[in-house]
Amino acid sequence: MPVRCDDLARVLSASTDGEALDERANLHVESCLRCQAELAQYRKLIKVLHTLRTEVLSPGPSLAADILAGLEQAGERSAVRSLLSGRRPAVLGGAAMASAAAVGAGAILVLRSRERHGSR
Amino acid sequence: MVIPHAAPRTTTSPVDEELTQLVSAAREGDRLAFEQLVRATAAETYSLAHRLVGNEEDARDVAQEAYLRAFRGIQRFRGDAQFSTWLHRITANCAATHLGRRLRHRHDELPDDDAVTDDHPRHSPELMAESNALRDRLTAELAELPPRLRAVVVLRDVYDLPHEAIAAELGISVAAAKVRLHRARKRLRERLFPLPGEDGADARAL
Repeated sequence: MPVRCDDLARVLSASTDGEALDERANLHVESCLRCQAELAQYRKLIKVLHTLRTEVLSPGPSLAADILAGLEQAGERSAVRSLLSGRRPAVLGGAAMASAAAVGAGAILVLRSRERHGSR
Repeated sequence: MVIPHAAPRTTTSPVDEELTQLVSAAREGDRLAFEQLVRATAAETYSLAHRLVGNEEDARDVAQEAYLRAFRGIQRFRGDAQFSTWLHRITANCAATHLGRRLRHRHDELPDDDAVTDDHPRHSPELMAESNALRDRLTAELAELPPRLRAVVVLRDVYDLPHEAIAAELGISVAAAKVRLHRARKRLRERLFPLPGEDGADARAL
C-alpha cells in the first residue's frame, strides 16, 4: 500500500526530535514536495520555538523579594510545626533558623506552662 | 560571590559556574546562597511559569510554589543534573498542579501581555525585525493553545526537557506526551506556516 502524506504527519514532526524515518517514509518524502515542505516547516518552527528560551519575561522588580518573603513565612510555619511535634525543623540556616529560635523560645514558654499545669 | 569574566574554556559558561557554586553552598545549608539562587533564576522561572499558565498572577503563584519546593528539596538535588533543568521540572509540576486546580474553577485565560526583552541580539536589523515578528506571532499562537498541549511543546521545544521528564512532571504517559507534542506542533505549524489547502493559507503568505 502506498504511503500517503497524512500517514506521515506524526513521523515528520517526530523526526525533528531525532527519530529516524523508516525506509518507506524516506522513499515517500524524497519524492513528495509537500512532505519536504512540511518537514522544513517543522524544523523552522522548532528553531523559532527554541529561541524563545532566551526571551525572559519581565516579572516586575518585587518577584524575587516576594518569593523570599514567602520562603521565610513557610520556614516559620514549618519551624512552629516541627517544634510542636518535637521534630527538628526542616529549614536551612540563617534568618530562618533565627526565626525558628525565636519561635522556639515561645514554644518553650508554652511547654513550661504546660508542665506547671501537669504538676498540679 | 565574584566570578572572573574570563573567556569560557569549556561549554560551561561563567553563569553556569556561578550557579553551580551557589547550589553547592545552598545544599550545605547556606541560606544566603539560596537567596542568591532565587534572585539569579527568578525571571527565568517566572517566564516558564507564565508560558505554562498564561497569566501573570498564576505565574507568580507557580514560581513561589516552585521555589518553596526547591528550597525543601535542595538536599535531594543531585549535582549530575543541571540546576536549571531540575528547577524547570519542579516548575512544570507546580504549573500542572496549579492548572488542574484552576481549570476546576474557571476557564478563562488572559493573553500574554508582558513586556518581552531579548538579550541576545545577534542578527542584522532586518533579520532581527523579521525574526522578532515571527516570535511575536509564535508567542501569540502559543497562548491560544489549550494548556495541556502548550505545556508539552513549551517544555520540549523551548526548554529542552526530555519526553520522560515531561511525562513524569505532567503525570501522563510518555506516549501521551508525544501525542500531545505532535498535536501542538501541528497546530502551530498550520497557523504559522500553512501549506496550500491548510487553514490560513489564503490569508498568510507561505
